[in-house]
Amino acid sequence: MAQDWRNFEPLLIPDIPNLENIEVYQENDGYKALRDILNAKDDTWTRENVTNEVKEANIRGRGGAGFNAGLKWSFMPKPDGGPRYLACNGDESEPGTFKDRKIFEYNPHLFIEGAIIAAYAMSVDTIYVYIRGEYISWVHMLQKAVDDAYEKGYLGENILDKGVDIDMHLTYGAGAYICGEETAMLESLEGKRGYPRTKPPFPAQNGLWGRPTTINNIETLANVPLVINNGAQWYKDIGVENHPGPVLYGISGHVKNPGVYELPSGVPVLDLINEVAGGIRGDKKLKALIPGGSSTPVLRADQLEGVTMDADSMREAGSMMGTAGMVVMDEDTDMVDVLWRISHFYHHESCGQCTPCRDGTGWLEKVLLRIKNGEGEIKDLDLLLDLTTQMEGRTICALADAAAWPVRHTINRFRDEFEAKCKKSVHAVA
Amino acid sequence: MAELSFTKEEIKEIDQIRAKFPTAKAATLQVLWVAQRKYGHVEPPVQKLVAETLELPASHVHGVASFYTQYYKEEMGKFVLDVCTCLSCQLCGGYEILHHLEDELGIKAGETTDDGMFSIQEVECLGACGYAPMLQLTNGVYVNNLTKEKADKLIKNLKEGKMPDFESNPMPKLEKRNQAAS
Ligand SMILES: Cc1cc2nc3c(=O)[nH]c(=O)nc-3n(C[C@H](O)[C@H](O)[C@H](O)COP(=O)(O)O)c2cc1C
Ligand code: SF4
Ligand code: FES
Repeated sequence: MAQDWRNFEPLLIPDIPNLENIEVYQENDGYKALRDILNAKDDTWTRENVTNEVKEANIRGRGGAGFNAGLKWSFMPKPDGGPRYLACNGDESEPGTFKDRKIFEYNPHLFIEGAIIAAYAMSVDTIYVYIRGEYISWVHMLQKAVDDAYEKGYLGENILDKGVDIDMHLTYGAGAYICGEETAMLESLEGKRGYPRTKPPFPAQNGLWGRPTTINNIETLANVPLVINNGAQWYKDIGVENHPGPVLYGISGHVKNPGVYELPSGVPVLDLINEVAGGIRGDKKLKALIPGGSSTPVLRADQLEGVTMDADSMREAGSMMGTAGMVVMDEDTDMVDVLWRISHFYHHESCGQCTPCRDGTGWLEKVLLRIKNGEGEIKDLDLLLDLTTQMEGRTICALADAAAWPVRHTINRFRDEFEAKCKKSVHAVA
Repeated sequence: MAELSFTKEEIKEIDQIRAKFPTAKAATLQVLWVAQRKYGHVEPPVQKLVAETLELPASHVHGVASFYTQYYKEEMGKFVLDVCTCLSCQLCGGYEILHHLEDELGIKAGETTDDGMFSIQEVECLGACGYAPMLQLTNGVYVNNLTKEKADKLIKNLKEGKMPDFESNPMPKLEKRNQAAS
């Protein structure tokens, strides 16, 4: 890692009071990146150059999948005169994740500016921001910021008198985790049930109302002005090379100081738990960590030595960076209870379109409940593992995978604990 | 139920919503919200009003209303307590809070008190995991870091008509950050 995380000064949510106020934001170089782009006299900031700079910076999608944002933008087809969309994903519903709302509350203009730059780069005329319905308090905060940005001429017709027209509309859901999946979000934006679409066609070709559409997470877009203001190389020097930039780490569970912390990528997980979040409550021992939201495989405490929060290190350790929503568990945690609750979540949230997901999530929850209640048998563990292979990679969207992974890895990594809850006798037929 | 209708002001709000989208259908979720804020639920007559207003098939509106959990399919209590018991809240005592509220109000999750004051629902992660356990009040503000005492106080205040304020959870400052570096 390039520098010690302890020296890091927050960039996404700097410690400046009232930054949500557009005047304060402007006084702190706010909307400078957008001005520089639109005011450029030479061709430094053509649409293509903006995309290339962002691609070079390698901002990896903060919505969970970690895809290079600039590369994603480059998949948009050439403009044909018809509408083109950017859909900003503020659905934030993966258990353990509570970071995007910090941007809405404390630095909404950074996100708005990033989204406008993204729209400019892709020749997008309309931006939709889709926020989960439960975040209504934050919808109002963001709406205020958007209204202010319109008033100052950063949004709407003829932005900064440069002949660029971009609109931003906020809308919100009404309770459905699946609407965070990008194509379900598009369906919901179109006013329908949140049923994920089969891919291909991909949204860049056929997105909202059949038109080219790019989907980015809120935090991803908030990184964009940083890259424009400071350059891709500067950005790549923050944190680890293959997953650079600042990250909003959400730390919850059995820690003394839970919360969202902004630090570079690649901070050692044990530093995050023990120093940043103050260690385990009641000075108990650490037992396990779910590193990036409920779908990312759990790691035992003994698997965490030397592991850092970035895609490569997490993969080597046997998990994933996900949303960087870290759920910390102490020594008294009952892993069977935890896994049952996770499975309950995915069963509840399955949209039901695909049989392996609809039935599979139901079975996972049911069998885990049986084990939790002391009525399971050892062979149920193998049944569960078998179910996960039947669910994986066979469905329209990745919710089925997200439901399968925790089951497989929690059982494999805490097998003793699951066996201890199972009845010892083996019955012939259930 | 008498014939339902939107007021002039509501129609204006609906027109503003429609202007955001190229199709009337896209306004379905938002107009259901307008209707729910007015009537307190989206029972079939309310769905019918939404369908007629947007000139959409009733079956479409029904399909949407039934898909999303925040729409109340029937009349609820004046105050709806959406208690999160999902992962982080479970770890931090979400079930204890849920059961405590159930005992205090004499109802189970999914039920409404006889006086029509309170409903309790058990819900999935609300994106407040660092402030667990927590609940959301009637699709509105979040009440974070719940203890039994804080939950009792909330109930008492609500009975007296006092609504909880929005709670801000600022980014924690890392005191040791610069010291450790020097
Ligand atoms: C079941 C499911 C739920 C998801 N929920 C979210 C979410 O709440 N927020 C989000 O940004 N991405 C979510 N994603 C990822 C999105 O599909 C998409 O990859 C992402 O928004 C793209 O933005 P990014 O490349 O900037 O990360 C979810 C994916 C799946 C499969
Ligand atoms: S995998 Fe599950 S959530 Fe995704 S489309 Fe299929 S049934 Fe729906
Ligand atoms: S688990 Fe309760 S808010 Fe996330």
